[in-house]
Amino acid sequence: MPETPTGASIRAEALTKVFKGAPAPAVDAVDLHVRPGEFMTLLGPSGSGKTTTLNMIAGFEAVTSGRILLDDTDIARLPPHRRDLGMVFQSYALFPHMTAAENVAFPLRQRKVAKPEAARRVREALELVHLDAHGDRLPSQLSGGQQQRVALARAFVFAPRAMLLDEPLGALDKKLRESLQLEIARLHSELGITFVFVTHDQEEALALSDRIAVFRDGRIEQVGTPAELYETPVSRFVATFLGDSTVFSGTLRGGLLDTGSAHLRAAGPDGACALVVRPERMHLGAEGENTLSATVTDVVYQGAFRRVLVAFDAGGTGQVRDTGTTPVQAGDRVEVGWAAEAGVVVADTPGAAAAQSLDDPVPA
Amino acid sequence: MAVSTPPRRASRAPTEPGSARPPGRGRGLLARATLLLAVPAVVVLVVFFVVPALRLLWLSVTTPEPGLGNYTAILTDEVSLTVVLRTLGMAAIVTVVCLLVAYPYAYLMTIVSGRWRAVLLAVVLIPFWTSLMARTFAWVVLLQDNGLVNTVLGAVGIGPLRMLGTTAGVTVAMAQVMLPFVVLPVYTTMRGIDRKLVDAALSLGARPVAAFRQVYLPLSFPGVAAGATLVMVLSLGFYVTPSLVGSPQQSMLAQFISVQVNQLVNFGAAGALAVALLVVTLVLLGGVALLTRTRGTRSSAGAGVAGGLV
Ligand SMILES: Nc1ncnc2c1ncn2[C@@H]1O[C@H](COP(=O)(O)OP(=O)(O)OP(=O)(O)O)[C@@H](O)[C@H]1O
Ligand SMILES: [Mg+2]
Repeated sequence: MPETPTGASIRAEALTKVFKGAPAPAVDAVDLHVRPGEFMTLLGPSGSGKTTTLNMIAGFEAVTSGRILLDDTDIARLPPHRRDLGMVFQSYALFPHMTAAENVAFPLRQRKVAKPEAARRVREALELVHLDAHGDRLPSQLSGGQQQRVALARAFVFAPRAMLLDEPLGALDKKLRESLQLEIARLHSELGITFVFVTHDQEEALALSDRIAVFRDGRIEQVGTPAELYETPVSRFVATFLGDSTVFSGTLRGGLLDTGSAHLRAAGPDGACALVVRPERMHLGAEGENTLSATVTDVVYQGAFRRVLVAFDAGGTGQVRDTGTTPVQAGDRVEVGWAAEAGVVVADTPGAAAAQSLDDPVPA
Repeated sequence: MAVSTPPRRASRAPTEPGSARPPGRGRGLLARATLLLAVPAVVVLVVFFVVPALRLLWLSVTTPEPGLGNYTAILTDEVSLTVVLRTLGMAAIVTVVCLLVAYPYAYLMTIVSGRWRAVLLAVVLIPFWTSLMARTFAWVVLLQDNGLVNTVLGAVGIGPLRMLGTTAGVTVAMAQVMLPFVVLPVYTTMRGIDRKLVDAALSLGARPVAAFRQVYLPLSFPGVAAGATLVMVLSLGFYVTPSLVGSPQQSMLAQFISVQVNQLVNFGAAGALAVALLVVTLVLLGGVALLTRTRGTRSSAGAGVAGGLV
């Protein structure tokens, strides 16, 4: 088996999946280019088609139409066992009747790797996930985090051309999830192969990814680096799905957004749109081109800063990251200000669940 | 059927690893009170099984004269030896036939939609709920020289084949009667197997056959073991179907015992044969229990799941 230290590129072209009897495609003409060695995250709400996309790449789900290129070969119609991709499942999917070491040895056994060579690679793989002392345990004798590390070792031990991970940390508690995130990031840089990682946890996506593809209703809404997605989202959906923000929707004309009850300075093309402002770009006080009067509804102490939730007099709610020295309390009257260039004007698609905006009658 | 009752009871044994979940909270008084729940079963067992079995054992070493003569006779008398070996052979064949039919059938049940699953389950269970006599006579009718099976075979130019009174006929009829005992535990075990495990095996480079052999088959083993044991044990003491479908010349152990008792009034020989049958059954059960235990510790996929259902 050829060692491919940089991993393969994966290119989905007009990839489509229509489940029998489903009214709409689960994956709708998705185009996605994962570069060699890249850490690509598929991020999106539940039911947006992330797993289906990954399963088509892995070969578990038949492709309705479109192509999947692994480097230059179309693998869309290849059975899964001939794709040479390492898959990690949310449910670990360890073989319960085999020890950790036997699990890791499984892909090598399929490839008829000689015993001593296989034993060495199993040992190295288990060392890489810090489980060399647990090789003879059965999965049932390991904790959830340890099981997932065995599953990781099993998926990379045969030097696959890419790793596919479907919410691998979804079943773990927060603390464990964070430590395994670091472990996965380290594995990615040490192995140097391509990772395609599915999650619906935006923090996880931001922390791990080279680039993120944001899924929505079976389509990709935007692909970009975490910074690009955070700072220049293309739609209100992306803006609200990734990170907190305050959103005003209205009509922009000549650099002035008319929300119906207020006029705000913003840069962008004329027309119906949404203005997105991140909490750290807003402050309490009347400085800046835009100021709105508001009432504090809640203050969440976060150590280095306070998350201040406000209800604008003009309607709607917002969120400000307050680093000031004089603490505010719920019920205080405040001014909220921000610079015109602090906001991003985006297409006004309906927002994700976290949306907080002027036209939301009920604060999220 | 008195003779086949003991194995039927004893056949619960392999299910024990599963049902014996950690005693947990039920300590002390409560645990002791819970034990009372077993009293009716124990009483029934002692009165209708332990006492008669001991009596048989006693008769086998006392009549017609004290000693082990009845036991040595089993091994020296050609007829009894033949019957014992034939019974073991038939039980083995029926078990294999049942497994070959039931395994794919149970697998099919795990992959079809809910409605088809119900249909497949009904096909197995309806005969199960029908009287054994009725089913056996149905087979007699079907397998007659001018019965339905031969009519169909004749239509395609085969036969007529002689089936009634032959080993083949008995095998077919017994296998059909025993089928639910394999389908149900195997299906229960299979239903507990995570399909993702097969996907995982495939993605790790296993060909479909290898994925089946190295992952699915071992995980379904507890159900196979439970089903096979049940069929084997039930077949060893089977009376009705072999007597009606088979021939006296090809008689199995239970029939042979019945002849000893009813026609030859030879309680000693009958007792010895019955004890031998019991010993074979217990050895078999012990073997399977050992096998599933060593396997069971290696498989969290419910070694006892199958038992839970049967
Ligand atoms: N086997 C199937 N048959 C029919 N519809 C399916 C099947 N699998 C998924 N779907 C549908 O396809 C759509 C996309 O599902 P998918 O599992 O890809 O979502 P997801 O983004 O992975 O969501 P989650 O975050 O909940 O895992 C959903 O509407 C789902 O109901
Ligand atoms: Mg999913």
